[in-house]
Amino acid sequence: MTLPDPLTDQHRYISNASQDVREMLDVIGVDSIDRLFETIPDDVKLTELLDIPGPWSEIESRRWFRALAAKNKSAADHVSFLGGGAYLHYQPACIDQLLLRAEFLTSYTPYQPEVSQGTLQSIFEYQTHQCLLTGLDVANASLYDGSTALCEAVLLAERVVRKRKKVVIAKSVHPQYAETVRTYVQNLGYEIVEVGWTNDGRIDTTALLEACTSDVFAVAIQSPNFFGVIEDYYAVAAIADAAGAVKIAVIAEATSLGILTPPGAHGFDIVVGEGQAWGVPTQYGGPFVGFMVVKDALKRHMPGRLVGETVDVDGRRAYVLTLATREQHIRRGKATSNICTNEALIALAANMYLSLMGKEGLREVGQQCVQKTAYLRAQLNRISSVSLPFSGPVYNEFAVRTPFPAAEILADLEHEKILGGIPLGQFYDGFENDFLVAVTELHTREHLDQFVAVLTAAIARERR
Amino acid sequence: MTPEDSRYAKSHEYVHPEAGDTVVIGITDYAQKELGDVVFVELPAVGTELELGDEFGSIESVKAVSELFSPVTGEVIEINEALTDKPELVNTDPYGDGWMMKMRLSVPEEVDEMMTAEEYEEYVEKESGH
Repeated sequence: MTLPDPLTDQHRYISNASQDVREMLDVIGVDSIDRLFETIPDDVKLTELLDIPGPWSEIESRRWFRALAAKNKSAADHVSFLGGGAYLHYQPACIDQLLLRAEFLTSYTPYQPEVSQGTLQSIFEYQTHQCLLTGLDVANASLYDGSTALCEAVLLAERVVRKRKKVVIAKSVHPQYAETVRTYVQNLGYEIVEVGWTNDGRIDTTALLEACTSDVFAVAIQSPNFFGVIEDYYAVAAIADAAGAVKIAVIAEATSLGILTPPGAHGFDIVVGEGQAWGVPTQYGGPFVGFMVVKDALKRHMPGRLVGETVDVDGRRAYVLTLATREQHIRRGKATSNICTNEALIALAANMYLSLMGKEGLREVGQQCVQKTAYLRAQLNRISSVSLPFSGPVYNEFAVRTPFPAAEILADLEHEKILGGIPLGQFYDGFENDFLVAVTELHTREHLDQFVAVLTAAIARERR
Repeated sequence: MTPEDSRYAKSHEYVHPEAGDTVVIGITDYAQKELGDVVFVELPAVGTELELGDEFGSIESVKAVSELFSPVTGEVIEINEALTDKPELVNTDPYGDGWMMKMRLSVPEEVDEMMTAEEYEEYVEKESGH
């Protein structure tokens, strides 16, 4: 069956008559609806109606969906070493229960903020955690996710520096984050300059120095980077400073902030990242929560909502949305960003996680990640046909190389109920035999030993 | 009272001639009253070249953020650093300590075409509907 044509077929749920559609198209000077969707690649567009069976009863529908859901391979019935921007950490049980409270679950970002003091307080606490963990001054109420947070950071930097058109992004920043930035800025006339890595997996500082010309407005690196390697903030900051560029640090594994020196301590101006690792389930890839923290001098250029603490007429503590005059609902097209919401519920989950874990808990999560990762790396190093491509220091993730295509090795592991990692060949040329392995506090020594044994067996099978 | 020795733009900036081609620019008493308590003033970098009508910064009050438009063409030669810590000077002394920037004019005739104090007062009266 073909798709309905909005100009001739009346849609059951859209009240625009075809002549309304015609008139609207005429006003904007476009001859067909399809023209409005030109930017969407053809291969992801629907060309005919979905073949949906039915109509079914509730019982039949449930049965069908249950069978469909059973096809999913989940971390619950596998030992998973998947990371690459979505990490499995333990989420204390009370978080999910508290999130079910209707005043949290159903609320939107408050547009009449004063009446929602509880919501504002939770956001303020979340912001406070972000500041403490990143070593910077002002955090916003959250953004969509890590990738869009990086986009907002790049746009912010351009607003501040002005009249420069180049942004340097390390090639070891999460490739999907970089891709999102490319999408955001493709019509803004900015040039993205990529800088690669050296043998240790860290950014190539010689190449970075060359790339940092006087027309660069920002330098963005991720640490731990996409290969899990911890970058040298100090060296990068010095090079960016010499060029007068805004220094942006991206964090994809947020628990690393519990144990690593915060980017703010090295003079980074903007820290953005993905907060999912703070005990938010991987939930099929989203919703996640992006965070952004900036130096005080940049606060007026920051996108999104911001909650501040003040006192009411009686001198009692109160929370308010602040700097809202720069937001889209007031300033329209002149707003700092088109972001006009936040990920309140997921930010609340992260806030609860950070509050429950506390300083000690976060440090322990970090230590367990580092130690278990070190153990697995040491064990893998003893297998002669396995190599670790990068020698730099890591937190809880690293690349593994075998003599065989990663896809085949990982399929073998999956037969043994192990989700062994993410193939790197899909992101980088020449990495077809490499995959990314993430280890967290959830892995036991048995899991790690099992991984080594199964991998050894898989390689032996490939040999035959 | 609107100072007689300055000229005025419809976008409520004033231009106060100093020695030579140098002028002092700020916003009028009427503009500051309309904005309410000013909490932040964003100004251009010294050396910025502006055309008549260019946006040169923004002013934020508790009510809104508004753009500031250059009433003349020229180069920014000084900005009022005091506004960083005391943006409220725009409210308390718009024609004095609340000035925003000094410019060197490239087209001095532009100033002559601006409103006089008397014309500006009439303009404001009409605009505010009194």
